[in-house]
Amino acid sequence: MAKKIGLKTKTPMPCADPQERRHAFSEVALGYTTEMALVEADRCIQCKNRPCVAGCPVEIDIPTFVRQIAEKDFQGAFNTMVSKNVLPAICGRVCPQEEQCEKLCTLGVKFEPVGIGRLERFIADFAAEMKLVDTAERKPPTGHKVAIVGSGPAGLTVAADLAKMGHSVTVFEALHKPGGVLIYGIPEFRLPKAIVEREVNGLKNLGVEIKTNHVIGRCFTIDELFNELGFEAIFIGTGAGLPHFPKIPGINLIGVFSANEYLTRSNLMKAYRFPEYDTPAIHSRNVAVIGGGNTAMDSVRTALRLGADHAYLVYRRTRTEMPARNEEIEHAIEEGVEIMMLAAPTEIFGDPQSRVRLMRCIRMELGEPDASGRRSPVPKPGSEFDLEVDTVVFAVGQGANPLIRSTTPDLPVNKWGNIVAEPSSGATAKRGVFAGGDIVTGGATVISAMGAGRQAARAIDKFLRYPGKDDAKAVASGE
Amino acid sequence: MHRILSKETLAPDVVRFWIDAPVVARKRRPGQFVIIRLKEDGERIPLTIADADPSRGAISLIIQGVGKSTFALNAMEPGQAILDVAGPLGLPTKIEPNRVCCIGGGIGAAVVYPIACGVKAAGGHVVVILGARTRDLIILEDDLRAVAHEMVVTTDDGSYGVHGLVTDALKNLVANGHTFDEVVAVGPLPMMRAVCDVTRPLNLRTIVSLNPIMIDGTGMCGGCRVTVGGEQKFVCVDGPEFDGHQVDFGELSARLKAYREQEAIALKRYREMTAPSA
Repeated sequence: MAKKIGLKTKTPMPCADPQERRHAFSEVALGYTTEMALVEADRCIQCKNRPCVAGCPVEIDIPTFVRQIAEKDFQGAFNTMVSKNVLPAICGRVCPQEEQCEKLCTLGVKFEPVGIGRLERFIADFAAEMKLVDTAERKPPTGHKVAIVGSGPAGLTVAADLAKMGHSVTVFEALHKPGGVLIYGIPEFRLPKAIVEREVNGLKNLGVEIKTNHVIGRCFTIDELFNELGFEAIFIGTGAGLPHFPKIPGINLIGVFSANEYLTRSNLMKAYRFPEYDTPAIHSRNVAVIGGGNTAMDSVRTALRLGADHAYLVYRRTRTEMPARNEEIEHAIEEGVEIMMLAAPTEIFGDPQSRVRLMRCIRMELGEPDASGRRSPVPKPGSEFDLEVDTVVFAVGQGANPLIRSTTPDLPVNKWGNIVAEPSSGATAKRGVFAGGDIVTGGATVISAMGAGRQAARAIDKFLRYPGKDDAKAVASGE
Repeated sequence: MHRILSKETLAPDVVRFWIDAPVVARKRRPGQFVIIRLKEDGERIPLTIADADPSRGAISLIIQGVGKSTFALNAMEPGQAILDVAGPLGLPTKIEPNRVCCIGGGIGAAVVYPIACGVKAAGGHVVVILGARTRDLIILEDDLRAVAHEMVVTTDDGSYGVHGLVTDALKNLVANGHTFDEVVAVGPLPMMRAVCDVTRPLNLRTIVSLNPIMIDGTGMCGGCRVTVGGEQKFVCVDGPEFDGHQVDFGELSARLKAYREQEAIALKRYREMTAPSA
């Protein structure tokens, strides 16, 4: 039965002071104390309809875990959480809950929704601090072997789900650390790498084997995984790892980066700790980041922390059209990022040593909507202006990394190189091969990749148990 | 962890290691490289795989010390281990039974050697030009002589072999009636560029192996981008070998200097930390 409505606004999330945090890589959002969590959990009126659950791509039993927190049954809340989400400390930090569970919250109709994301983060961090263990029963080993290509959010979710079902899972990761975009893309101050490591280790406790420095497509092809290493099913979660550069003069000058390179140097290789860590970052005074999504926000806030005097965000539409989370845009503005709307670069100029010294931009106005439904930017002739910068970072979207498709000729891809997969199962036309996450959809979110992983794990489990079925897609669609 | 199995000094600051890397050794073909990281705070760097022995699960790397990471690597000893080795990366050399002139300049000999072996094994005719600034910097002479049908050694200062540049030797061979289906040239950027300038008017196809700064090595970051024939290519997935006549060498040369200041700081710090105590 629904409780009475209490507090109408969310318990605020403590945040590090903007003037201090803009120079540091420590976490910006500091997390709830137990007292704050109890207050926030108590706001949930335990409504009958529970619309929040439908908004969660990984189907977390939200009302139950929130009630358990309110009742101080922290072990219970943790069990409920990890039965559906093996990466709660990560999701609690990076999911756009305002677009998902919290958007559908009953309390949110009239007042502020329950801070579901903040509670998710709380229970994950609390469990880690208190060393709580997932006490769910393990299924016995099935003897089936599954290979997972890519240790990003999609791959990790498939791995955990299949391991819990008793299958033998090996994850192949190209880089030297697991996590994918969690480790190279999202900055330390939004998602501490120690947390990623902690949650990935949780998977190892489930029996998942992770092999880093294994570039599938080179050290083993997909067919070799089947034929030589004896895997019965393969999930491809290799992500959107192909940077896009616009075709304008000057993009190969020193100081022009894809967001991937810029963030990988800082996040994965810890260039912000050079020379203690060997990977360097360019010494930048004035940085321009082109784009309006979360990757652009991450890049521009990283630029401030790497010591820039000015960090500009140059976006060709307006704030309304920006795909980035509102919370990230707010944090960026608080920290002193200078946002230039309705502008786009036309040319980058270098000095005699080929280092960036100037970026020419043109002003835009919004015209007719394009395929995404957003109004298209149209250049205003004669409105060029120059920005004195020494670094330009392009965060304008990503394509599909070519390594798997170029070494697996019978795996269908679309004209952009994304793998073609059945949406509710991840099944591809190649028998035993499933795919999900950015490699299928193009650049999207951590949680949508996890949702795809959840569905694919179900489909793979069915495929393993009914090997007589020739058509994986038929199996996956529930025949 | 990848144990160092053996170590041999080939020239001042040039070391050949055999290291334990069975997954790489099994699949490696000539022309491919690995990305390694010495330890937790290390950077990722690309190194050509000079040779592989799948039966032993080992690969060999020939490294010239130029900065902190390569000097630190060259100071390691058999028994010690390298933290991360990923590969084989890049596209293998297209090996055909052709008449090939293989030109190795300095450390480039290490890249040319496996290609020469491959061409010979495929039934091609291999002519090697091996050059360096001075006698001490000539490496792999015996290895290459064993593979080459004909060989010329040159030194810029005349201290060994023929006095002159590799391009002089190439011009001489051509002038004396040698014909080639293609040239493979690997060495310092100015050398590869100079060879291309000689072969371009001769319409002689020339393959070069490029060495930009790399980070991930899997095509994800674009740091290794070069312009070939006016188009953007990533050396780590489209290369490392390209048609030398199409490569924008000037742009690559400039981009290689991106971190000069930081490289100097790192090297100075390394030298101070490893200097013998007074």
